[in-house]
This record gives sequence, structure tokens and C-alpha cells, in this order.
Amino acid sequence: MTSYLIKGARPLGGDPVDIHITDGRISAIGNSLDATGAEVVEAAGLIALPGLVDLHTHLREPGREDAETVETGSRAAALGGFTAVHAMANTDPVADTAGVVEQVWRLGQEAGLVDVVPVGAVTVGLKGERLAELGAMADSAARVRVFSDDGHCVADPALMRRALEYVKAFDGVVAQHAEEPRLTVGAQMHEGDRSAKLGLTGWPAAAEEAIIARDVLLAEHVGARLHVCHVSTAGSVEILRWAKSRGVQVTAEVTPHHLLLTDACAESYDPVFKVNPPLRTDADVEALRAGLADGTIDAVGTDHAPHAVEDKESEWAQARPGMLGLEQALAVVIETMVEPGRLDWAGVADRMSVRPAAIGRLDGLGIRSQGRPIAPGEPANLVLVDPAARATVDPAALASRSRNSPYAGRELPGRIVATFLRGTATVLDGKATR
Amino acid sequence: MKRHLLEAADLDRDDATLVLDTAAQIDQALAGREVKKLPTLRGRTVVNLFYEDSTRTRISFELAAKRLSADVINFSAKGSSVSKGESLKDTALTLEAMGADAVVVRHSSSGAPHRLANWVRGSVVNAGDGTHEHPTQALLDAYTIRQRLGRVEGVRVAIVGDVLHSRVARSNVGLLHTLGAEVTLVAPPTLLPVGVGSWPAEVSYDLDAVLPKVDVVMMLRVQAERMNASFFPSAREYSRRYGLDARRMGALPDDAIVMHPGPMNRGMEIAAEVADSARSTIVEQVANGVSTRMAVLYLLLGGAPQ
Amino acid sequence: MASSAQPARNAAPSSGDPSPGSVLSAADVARMVDRMAHQLIERAATDADAGDTTAGLANLVLVGIPTRGAPLARRLAARIEAFSGVTVDVATVDITLYRDDLRRRGVRALEPTELPAGGIDDRLVVLVDDVLYSGRSVRAALDALRDLGRPKAVQLAVLVDRGHRELPIRADLVGKNLPTSRTQKVSVRLVETDGVDEVLVTEERVAGRVDEP
Ligand SMILES: [Zn+2]
Repeated sequence: MTSYLIKGARPLGGDPVDIHITDGRISAIGNSLDATGAEVVEAAGLIALPGLVDLHTHLREPGREDAETVETGSRAAALGGFTAVHAMANTDPVADTAGVVEQVWRLGQEAGLVDVVPVGAVTVGLKGERLAELGAMADSAARVRVFSDDGHCVADPALMRRALEYVKAFDGVVAQHAEEPRLTVGAQMHEGDRSAKLGLTGWPAAAEEAIIARDVLLAEHVGARLHVCHVSTAGSVEILRWAKSRGVQVTAEVTPHHLLLTDACAESYDPVFKVNPPLRTDADVEALRAGLADGTIDAVGTDHAPHAVEDKESEWAQARPGMLGLEQALAVVIETMVEPGRLDWAGVADRMSVRPAAIGRLDGLGIRSQGRPIAPGEPANLVLVDPAARATVDPAALASRSRNSPYAGRELPGRIVATFLRGTATVLDGKATR
Repeated sequence: MKRHLLEAADLDRDDATLVLDTAAQIDQALAGREVKKLPTLRGRTVVNLFYEDSTRTRISFELAAKRLSADVINFSAKGSSVSKGESLKDTALTLEAMGADAVVVRHSSSGAPHRLANWVRGSVVNAGDGTHEHPTQALLDAYTIRQRLGRVEGVRVAIVGDVLHSRVARSNVGLLHTLGAEVTLVAPPTLLPVGVGSWPAEVSYDLDAVLPKVDVVMMLRVQAERMNASFFPSAREYSRRYGLDARRMGALPDDAIVMHPGPMNRGMEIAAEVADSARSTIVEQVANGVSTRMAVLYLLLGGAPQ
Repeated sequence: MASSAQPARNAAPSSGDPSPGSVLSAADVARMVDRMAHQLIERAATDADAGDTTAGLANLVLVGIPTRGAPLARRLAARIEAFSGVTVDVATVDITLYRDDLRRRGVRALEPTELPAGGIDDRLVVLVDDVLYSGRSVRAALDALRDLGRPKAVQLAVLVDRGHRELPIRADLVGKNLPTSRTQKVSVRLVETDGVDEVLVTEERVAGRVDEP
């Protein structure tokens, strides 16, 4: 196994040091380390962060390999600085059995670019009718801890309560896609001034907030862990803040696109901006940034959602919701949080690595741990970022099999120079190594 | 004028006035003539691309194009011309290959004409998209108002009914505002969009309070299906609160007119005796549709303005 | 008039100094209109079918081609009435929708088309325009007339003929022949449309009628 000497990187933005990696772990950190035989990575001016962990990735395999595969998605993740991604369950077949989650887990291992951590469906076939075999998935080789019907809300309150309770047995968490379906029938975009003007059916903020309010009360009542996917409204942030102040075991994520973009994007009717939950208003964006800064929102989750060209190059209403996120996630966080001074690099590490790993219970797995500190003895999951470099996003240059990036043509900061997964370079010089 | 007519906002006041003036001149030029045909667009191709059944709008555009001597091709998604499963983009590329100078598109999805405009070189005319806009309807309505009342500026217009789902309402609010009219939207709150407060229009829930203060009342079609989604309790209650019957028509000022974009639900939003009264402009609206659309096609296809 | 080489000094009183390039003054224009009115009366007198001058004039319709042909037609009618006491029908036919150069020149606002109450069937139609150049406007006007009725005969009266015909069309009545080169612009300005009566020949575009083939 190659040994690396990373020279002059700044861990979490601190003073420049050398980091020596051997046998998959960080073997030493210090100045002027002597590491004979190690491959040298010049990292002057680069920020070192723990490998990023995504709680919310759609890899589309099995079922829509034309849009993404575990391998192409893994490569996109590595290029985005990730060392672990949670693969959502809405595949075809749905990841609602031990068999499917193990298949996804194995494909991830074969690709070997990031740890692909399968998410199990809460209900059979995502139908919201009866619980899937959650325990079997937890006990499988895939070791599932995060359960979600993402794409659909677990709308039935009784079923949601049972799910929250049941997963306590194996320290699982239910990740809720908060959307009251009766309030979003035919919904196409955020309901407000712009939906009124554009004649697109509105997706009211209340449809998200009502479910989050209900679920934090349920989680409190049964003493269970709840995770809220892709929080998108100011009201949701308020409810989460209130719930956390009461001691409810609730965590939440925000997507990069909800941190940057607003419903103004819909005015082009270009479905690349169609996503669920929809892009909201400037006020919501501001509340989300504030929530991420103060920790009310625990993590950035990409909701990376690749779609084939024909599913996006269409009328708005016919297009499928979702946008790419893995490769630009860190760039967007730098743009919206770091450069304005709302989050320092330690904060970025916390929201994009430490906390998501903890939510997914990936932080105590020995050599397979994620979201660990940059310290001797820890697994060598690292990302090196050039914060000064800026580049214009070119969808054709993305590693994802799909092209539905909402950032096309936009200049963003932060170039991912290298990514290490347990000591193996998955990205060097900004290029995937395999 | 912009190259496409996708929504009322594509027309500034000068453009909109030019369309109405042009329509008036065309009407005058053709009045009483045996030969209703002009050679203006000889050799140009106008494609009617209709993804939604709308015989009256399609025929109106077809007649408008033919009276200007354009070649007209009707592409109907209902027939065999647009094959099943062919995407809007593929269809657009086909039309492009045929050299369409203008595509008149009717589609059930809001924004479809905007998408089309990205893919074709010719002019795109929105003939109604989903619940978004129907700009030529607004133009013919403004033309009809001007014809009957002599002006649009300062005219008080009530638009009554299912504003939420109405492309006619959206286009009319925009265009009438551009032309200086004062618009009041009248509907049950369930049939007004959440963001209606940002529109350049007053909002009222009370038709009886509005009627004595308007010069024009424009009734929108209300679809009975909305009842099943609880937008209102029953057709009878809707009609009682928001329907225009003879008694309500009596509350209008003396020269006020009654408009309806059609097709009407007689007995629902409008009583038969109102629709057939002298105040009703419904038949004129149909005739004016042809000349207004001729004006639009001429101005969009005639070439770059001087 | 040879004076066209020298800018006329006897410009319309209301307009002060003549514009640069002015070759015909307000007085020149007035003289030309008067002469054309007399010629129309003479022609009416010799209209074999009509019998006498009054009947001949009554059968005449002066059809102005907008923009500036329309006021010219009205002026001719007024002068004919002043000289003969007979009221002559005036009409306008907008040719915009009949032009064959839309693609090249682009759209413009339409002008009114107004015909006499009885139409133009069996009347002697005299098309009136300000400048005769390529002949394309006249061709468009002839096309328009064909859709509007069946006149007994159609003649053409123009204030200025600047040459360079592209079609086999000639004027029956010409106020003034102005030899020009193709690079020049001939602009007729009239009080009704431009606030001043004059004819300009310039190398540049000026406000007024800009004629292109
Ligand atoms: Zn989701």
C-alpha cells in the first residue's frame, strides 16, 4: 500500500503541517516529517478536512443505471471530497430487504472510491403501508442504520411512530422526507409569488413544516432519533430549533442547492431547477444558512439526484425532480458559508463529516470509521481543498453519468485537489485515480 | 417587439398598442371585402402545435395565418402527427428541420412554450400553456374593450372566477395593467393563488360589491371538477355567489360590457340571458381573435422592425 | 428646375432656413401640386366615357399611398376643387401588407385603408405617391387594388420621379423628375407629416420619407 506524505496542508484551516499516511491510517502529523519512501503530495495553501460524509445520495443502481451507477456516483463523490455516502433506498427494486442493501453495499466495495452505506426503506416498496424488514437490513453485511422512504414521506402518523420506535432496537434513525402529500398534489415549485405568476402548482412551506412538527413531537414522545432530510424553509428551522431546545433527539440536513438557489430559478422553466422539496425564497435561504451556522441544522446532505437527459429536457411538469450535488457540495458551502464568514473550516468539517457520520453511526467502526478527527492513529480519510481556486461548472466535465447540474455556467470557489479513503488516494491533482 | 410572444410581459405598452392598432387597421382594410386574403406572409410557414384540444383557438390561428397567405401545418398531439412518446424537444427539432417560421403552441404544461423557444429558430407564439398564460386571448380581449369602450386606459375591469387555474386571467392582468386599466380579481379565496397579492390588481371576494364599479366584467370558465377538490362546496353555491345572472347584470353601469373567453358553462358562471344580451361581447371576441392574431403573426414574422 | 443645384432660398416661412440638401422649396411643391391638379382636370375633360369635365372628375378617385401619398392626394383634391368647383373622392390604400420586402425591411405600423362609400369599381383610380423609385410600392398598390375592386382604369401620379426603376412601371403625371444616383436619398417632407414642405436629396438618411428600392 502506498504511503503518502502530505506536505504543508492546513488541517481545518490551522497552521501548515505535514501529514504522514501509512497502512490506511494517519501515522504522524508534524513539521518536516521524514517519511522515506512515501509519495509526496505538495499541499501548500491547501486546507485538509476529514473525508466528507453524505447522508443523502441517490446512486440509482439498481434500476436506473442510465442515470447513475454506484461506480459513477462513487467517482463523483470522491471528486467532491467525500469518503462515504449514504445511498438512498428508492432504487428499482427498492432497497427494502437485506438482499438489496447488501447488493448496493457490495457494488460500493467493488468500486472502492467511497464507502457506500446503504439506506434501508422504512416501508415495503416505499408504499407507506407497512414496515420493511428493518432489523434484517440492520443485521446484514450492509449494517444499515439510516432508514428512509426518501422521495416519499412516511405520511401515516401511526406508521411513522412505529418506525421511530422500532429502529431504537439497533440504534437506527428514521430520515424523514417531510412532505404532507395531501398538500402537495401536483406540486411543481415553492408556493408563493413566483408560482402564482408562473402558473405552476405550489408546494407550500407548511407541507414540510407540518410533518416536521408532527415528527419531532412523535420522536419526543417515544424517545427515538429522528433525522429530517433536506430542510428547506425558515419555518422548519424554527421548529427544529424549538425541538432541540426541548431535548428532542432530532437532527437535520440542508442541501447545497437550498443554501444557494431560490425559486427565481424556476422563471426559466428549465427543469434542471426542479427539485423536491423545491427551491424556496431568499428569506428561506437566509434562515437555512443561519440554521447551519448555529448548528440547528446539523449537516449538509447533497440529495444528489442524477436524472437521464430525457427526464430533464422536457416540460417542467413532466420532468423529474432532483439535481446533482456531490461534486459541487463543498464549493457551495464555501461560497455560502465560509466566504461570508458564517462557518470556519472546523465548522465545515463538523457539518459535512463529523456530524453526518455520527448521525449514520459511522464514527465508531475502527478502521472503517468516518468523520473522525485528523489525528495520528485515525483512519486516513482526508480531503485537500484549494480554497482560493475558482472554476466555472461545466456539466459535461462532471463524473456523474447525468448532467442535471443546477450550477452549470456558475463560477464557484474551492477546488478539490485530493481525496484519501483509508490511505488510498481516490483523487489526486483533481482527478479520480480510477 | 420581441421574437416570441410567450406571455403578456413580452409586450410593453408600445408593443401592445402596436398590436391593437395593427389589428384595427387589418380589420378596416378587410372590412366589406370579398377577398379576405392578404399576400403578406406568402412563403412563410406557420405550425400549429396543439398538445391540447382547442378547436376554437386552433381555427382562429389557422384562419389568421391563412388570411396572411402563410402556409399552415397543423400538428396535433391527439392525432398521429406527434407520435406517442416523442418529446417536446424532438418535435421542436422536427419543426426546425421543416423550416417553421412560427410555431403556435398550445400545451397543458405551464412553460412549455418557453422551453420550445430554446429549441427553435422561428417565433414561438403561446396559444395557452397550462395554468400560465394565453397572451393572444388577452390581446383580443383588450382589443374588444377598446372597440366597445373606445379606450383601455383607466377602464375598470373585474375578472371573475377561477383565477388560480386561469391562464386567461394571468395574461389579462398583465396586459390590462400594461395598458393602464384597473383590474379587480373576484373569486372565492380558494380560487386565488397564494401569491396574488403581488399582482397589479385588486382582489375582492364579493362580486356584488364590485359590479357597480366596473366598466367590464370578464367571466372565467369554472370547471365542475374543481368542486371535487373542495375549491367550492357545490356548483349551486358557486353560481349563487359568483355567477353572473340577469339581476347582477342589472347592477352594472349602463355601458358596461360582459366578456367571456369561452367556452361557457351556461348556468354556472354565466346565465344564458346574460351571455346573449347586448352587453355581451362573446361573439365579437371570437371575430376579434382572428384579426388580433393576424396582427401578432404579421408583427412577429414580418421581419426585424425598422 | 436648374435651381436645384443651388439650395433654394425661398423656403416656407414657417420653417426658417431650408434643411441641408433641400432641392425643392415649399413654393416649388405648391407649384408642382397646382400643375398636377390642372393636368388632372384636363385629363378629366378628355375622358371620352365621361362626357364632360365635371362628370370626368366625379368619376375620379385619388388614392393616396401612405404615408405621404395620402396628404398629397388630399391636396390635389383640394386644388382641383378650387380650380374646377368639383369635389373629388379621395381614398387611401395602405400597401404594407402587400409589400414583397418584409423580410428585408421589417415590419412597420399599418396605416389606414379608406375607400369611397361606393367602392372603386368602374372608377378612374389615380394612385398618388410622393416618390417613384423602384416601382415596387406601386406594384404593391396595384396588388392591393386588385383585392379591393375593379376600377375602370388605374393611373399613377407622383410628386417626384427619381429614376432607377426595377419594374416596368411609369407615372402618368410627374411633378418633377429628379435625376439621382442610387446612393442618394430623396426625401419628400410635407407639412401634414413633417411640419414643412420641401424635397431633399442627401447622402445621409434624414427625417422624412426615406426611399429604398
Ligand atoms: Zn427527499
